[in-house]
Amino acid sequence: MLRFLLGRLAVLVPTFLGVSLIAFSFIRLLPGDPVMLMSGERAMSPERHAQVMHDLGLDRPFYIQYFDYLGSILQGDLGTSIVTKRPVFDDFLSLFPATLELSLCAIILAICLGIPAGMLAAVKRGTWLDQSVMGVALVGYSMPIFWWGLLLIIFFSGYLGWTPVSGRISLMYFFPPVTGFMLIDSLLSGQEGAFRSALTYLILPTVVLATIPLAVIARQTRSAMLEVLGEDYVRTARAKGLSPFRVIGVHALRNAMIPVITTIGLQVGVLLAGAILTETIFSWPGIGKWMVDAVFKRDYAVVQGGLLLIAAIIMLVNLLVDLTYGLVNPRIRH
Amino acid sequence: MKKLTTLLAATALASMMGTAAWSKTLVYCSEASPEGFDPGLYTAGQTFDASSRTVYNRLVEFKHGGTEVEPGLAESWTISDDGLEYTFKLRADVKFQTTDYFTPTRDFNADDVIFSFERQIREDHPWNKYVAGAAWEYADGMGFPQLIKSIEKVDDLTVKFVLNHPEAPFIADLGMDFASIMSKEYADKLAADGKLEQLNQMPLGTGPFTFVAYQPDAVIRYKANPDYFKGQEKIDDLIFAITTDAAVRAQKLKAGECHIMPYPNAADVADLKADPNLTVLEQPGLNVAYLAYNTQQAPFDKVEVRRALNMAVNKQPIIDAVFQGAAEVAKNPIPPTMWSYNNAIEDDKYDPEAAKKMLEEAGVKDLKMKIWAMPVSRPYMLNARRAAELMQADFAKVGVQAEILSYEWAEYLKLSREEDRDGAVIMGWTGDNGDPDNFLDTLLGCEAVGGNNRAQWCNEEFDKLVKAAKKSSDQAERTKLYEEAQVVFKREAPWMTIDHSVGFIPLSKKVTGFHMDPLGIHRFDGVDIAE
Repeated sequence: MLRFLLGRLAVLVPTFLGVSLIAFSFIRLLPGDPVMLMSGERAMSPERHAQVMHDLGLDRPFYIQYFDYLGSILQGDLGTSIVTKRPVFDDFLSLFPATLELSLCAIILAICLGIPAGMLAAVKRGTWLDQSVMGVALVGYSMPIFWWGLLLIIFFSGYLGWTPVSGRISLMYFFPPVTGFMLIDSLLSGQEGAFRSALTYLILPTVVLATIPLAVIARQTRSAMLEVLGEDYVRTARAKGLSPFRVIGVHALRNAMIPVITTIGLQVGVLLAGAILTETIFSWPGIGKWMVDAVFKRDYAVVQGGLLLIAAIIMLVNLLVDLTYGLVNPRIRH
Repeated sequence: MKKLTTLLAATALASMMGTAAWSKTLVYCSEASPEGFDPGLYTAGQTFDASSRTVYNRLVEFKHGGTEVEPGLAESWTISDDGLEYTFKLRADVKFQTTDYFTPTRDFNADDVIFSFERQIREDHPWNKYVAGAAWEYADGMGFPQLIKSIEKVDDLTVKFVLNHPEAPFIADLGMDFASIMSKEYADKLAADGKLEQLNQMPLGTGPFTFVAYQPDAVIRYKANPDYFKGQEKIDDLIFAITTDAAVRAQKLKAGECHIMPYPNAADVADLKADPNLTVLEQPGLNVAYLAYNTQQAPFDKVEVRRALNMAVNKQPIIDAVFQGAAEVAKNPIPPTMWSYNNAIEDDKYDPEAAKKMLEEAGVKDLKMKIWAMPVSRPYMLNARRAAELMQADFAKVGVQAEILSYEWAEYLKLSREEDRDGAVIMGWTGDNGDPDNFLDTLLGCEAVGGNNRAQWCNEEFDKLVKAAKKSSDQAERTKLYEEAQVVFKREAPWMTIDHSVGFIPLSKKVTGFHMDPLGIHRFDGVDIAE
């Protein structure tokens, strides 16, 4: 197991270097520069423009900028935002908990609903129930997130008034962030009703962000279960007279879980991509919106630093997924 | 240990704030996050709303809802006969805000004024590069480093600006956001503590509201400044709930989650007007959208060709399609709400037949041209591509084949400035200070060729008029000169003027005392909420 773990960790180093180079060069391949964008319609003289680019160190050769950047990363410095002038890592730390909180809630919802729905569809294969579950999953998978989010806001917040429109907590609650997770911070604040408020603000964005992963997990669970249910050992278990719950819930599900876990791991990327739109619709102050704004403003430091941190998180999650395989299926450990 | 300290500090702060208290709070659904809180460093409206118009004051202020200048931190001023010396008498007993992070020990004085400007115009000033890439774009764009010879402290409450040449719009320039007055004492303290960047993160001024906290991309909190020299505001707290999507802002307003929102979608205005709990304010914006020909390139170097093309386009359908009527056809390069607007000028009449004839007479046949359409939406031009398509169709009727081009915004800004640019470019402008100079010389002056002057048009007669107006301190004389300049502009047609758009602000009927500002700023001083 240790060798397996070390092997996986060794792969991370070149991957990390590759990501840093891609992140660094891609944003620079886009036309325009941050200084030009900051001045907008108001033209800056070429001399002034050159001077500000020089002050920012952006007039140096690409490779020098890159190696300087790598050196800074090794010292734990991800740079300072060209626009806000705040350290990139500080901004990431203050915004990431919001994305993580939303993503965790979304993936939990997707797992809790997606796996049982997929199992149900597999067990009732070919029935109206199977077709309904898969039909809904297909619609969910194809749903344009922005439209879906606005539709839910207009119906549940505007028309019914059941949920708040956007934000993380009612503005009447004000407490400094401790963990950055609003559910936890609202409890720590001791303010009456704060936790409940934070919870209500989470509902719609969670549903929107969970929609695509839920559909994917349900479909994957169904196909994996169908495959496993046709295996000899399942037939044997049934022949032995085990209860259907035990056959499906223990023997079949455990083996069907491997591709499902892979799918769940891959959803981390989907969640982060979905978070960009979800955070924009629901004014959710997370890293998705932060990164998109940075791309539009050519805030090189934020884009390259943010991409690197997101890539590190995805790599970490994939590593955990690989380790989980080992727990679920001992054959993989060997 | 660090975590424990943070936790303790947080707990202390929370207990100081008490439990959830909902005092008289105004919630403004702002359209974007501020880039920072030092207005000298930035050019975006949302940054100014969150900093200069809430936390800071200036020597002079624009009247609420207008572009006229009134005394601010300066209670009066005199201008020398040669127009080179501006002496400001400063208001006494003005206090800087007291916050959790700084307690001032002295009142506002001339040192603060000198600090606020010198840091922006003197490259050797210790605060000139206090953050990486500080471009001081407005100070630089208004030519302050070249304009201001010196700023002298006459006494604690008198300060004198000596200019290198007369500049009539100088007083109006001082009402702009970048001219906000900072506390030198606070800056000195930050410098001593080695926390210079805090000036851009935790602002401190003399304005109506005191900064409390900013959660990036989410919320900015302010409280009424009890020491405000014009008296404490009627609302206790001001909150900016940052909501970038206009449709979501509209839903929040309808749901009562905020009281005021800027920049609604044109398509949502009718629905918001129909809501019995809301009022929708509207006001012509201080802006213009235009199609700038490249007057240095044939055949657009011929006046007849430019005028013929102007006559070939029917502008009203563009207004209807792009703004759903919420704009008016522009005939001059300055908006009608601006002083010196020449209403006697007649717009080029839409006449495709005459335009065709004029092109033939100019010896232009089978003309092919490019129209550059901005890839972004701006208040003065919501959908440039749609406008370009309608122009393209009208040009086709007079035998001109137009191709529509677009670039990514940064590239568009850069390439559209180039003197050898191929094609006519759709662009626009929103006024900064209500002075015609900010349109006429900034966008059409000879010095702006290769920069803001996207028509690359240098006309001696026009330039002489606007330069003369810039030097005169006689408003009547300036008006006459600008009116004449507009006649020259219309005759020479470097642009096809397209529209002046109308701005909308939907707000709750509970809100009183809020005025729309033609300069596009959003101010909350004097605003109240009915209980």
